[in-house]
Amino acid sequence: MAKNMTINLRIWRQKGPEVPGKLVDYTVSNASEHMSFLELLDVLNEQLIASGGDPVEFDSDCREGICGSCGVMVAGIAHGPQQLTAVCQLHMRSFKDGDTITVEPFRARAFPIIRDLVVDRSAFDRIITAHGYVSVKTGSAPDANAIPISKDAAEEAMDFAACIGCGACVAACPNGSASLFTAAKIAHLALLPQGQVEASRRVVAMVDQMEAEGFGDCSNYAECEAVCPKGISVAGIASMRRAYMKGVFSK
Amino acid sequence: MSRPDVTLMSALMSPVGRKVLTGVTGIGLVVFVIVHMIGNLSYLLPDPQAYNAYAHKLMSWGWLLYTMEIGLALCFLLHAIVGISIQVRRRKARPTGYKAYKSAGSPSRSGYSARSMILTGIILLGFLILHLNSFKFGPGEAEGYTAILQSGEEVRDLRRLMTEKFQEPLYAFGYPVVMILLGMHMRHGVWSALQSLGMMSRRLSPYLYTFAAVLGALVAIGFLVVPLYIYFSA
Repeated sequence: MAKNMTINLRIWRQKGPEVPGKLVDYTVSNASEHMSFLELLDVLNEQLIASGGDPVEFDSDCREGICGSCGVMVAGIAHGPQQLTAVCQLHMRSFKDGDTITVEPFRARAFPIIRDLVVDRSAFDRIITAHGYVSVKTGSAPDANAIPISKDAAEEAMDFAACIGCGACVAACPNGSASLFTAAKIAHLALLPQGQVEASRRVVAMVDQMEAEGFGDCSNYAECEAVCPKGISVAGIASMRRAYMKGVFSK
Repeated sequence: MSRPDVTLMSALMSPVGRKVLTGVTGIGLVVFVIVHMIGNLSYLLPDPQAYNAYAHKLMSWGWLLYTMEIGLALCFLLHAIVGISIQVRRRKARPTGYKAYKSAGSPSRSGYSARSMILTGIILLGFLILHLNSFKFGPGEAEGYTAILQSGEEVRDLRRLMTEKFQEPLYAFGYPVVMILLGMHMRHGVWSALQSLGMMSRRLSPYLYTFAAVLGALVAIGFLVVPLYIYFSA
């Protein structure tokens, strides 16, 4: 039998991008310890709709930690206090009965608030568009092992490729830097032979775009790594810097 | 599609370049403080003129010393300018702060020393000005602070100046406090510089992070023993 919990929520409510917002208190008295945090918000929204109020807007899609849609600040931490998970995989058993939890949107100038907890993360799309890809002629899939890649490189590239672009790194960064997101893609492609051809133009274009979007500077706090649902290492940021220095001195 | 145009200047002004600049100037400053600290320790040598002889040796380098001083001043200036600009951009990048915010804990390196970089940095800059005023531009041979080395040379008696200054409680205890702040600044700064210059990998990171802490602590201790020794042995 699941334990019943009463949870007090202080949620950021904001009607639109230019409207001032504020924290509003709510109580959910029929929460279950097995609920995910997003399910708790669903229950709250049922409550709000039943009483004629406006439901709390938040993003979510797959609810299994792979799409990168969801993401809010839970009790002051991006994706909440449990590490290596997105907020959809955070369960209420991580909290105590009677807890008061503050819920805020990911905040950054480059992530303008659309409504309540929903922010516009298209700045990330523009960083990828800048050159977060390999230009290839598409055709049938290449033969496996046609290009030899060592196991270590393949594993590490895969670790960086695991980025789901949720934006928690920006949200948690005291400076609002997007270095971990940008670096994850650069480090992923830098480890693979397919990424070598465009390595220098990629790193310069992506770093330029990151700057143009108005993200802050990296101060090597590594707070991003601590909140990343995929555990992407700040070693990727070091790799991005190496690639950039190499890129500046080559064509 | 070719690489976007980059000049050395635009590269240095980029988000990566700013970190490289902070890291390189920071490493220059770390080398300086280590040399300075070792020099100070010569005060504790049995030969009473060892410290004056060391200072005199440095002064006798002439243009080489001036070149090094200009380089150092540039390091300080660039390091401070970039550091302050990062702080300014931080406010722009998140105009509305969080009502609730806390660190998620390890592997975050956002500890006490990391979060106080701007504060310890500004204190160190203020300290530098006072420090130069008390010692480098303090009383010299003209004011009668003269010592005679074993070689018979008459040199500036910096040892006497140092002994007098550190017998005052404000200096004897103020300096060690600032040196602890320097140690904290280096604790984050050294690992941060290595990360900024791309010398970090997942395997190396924990070692270099520990190395930064040890280096920061050693420099702080190396600097604070001399003032405390002078004060308590008086």
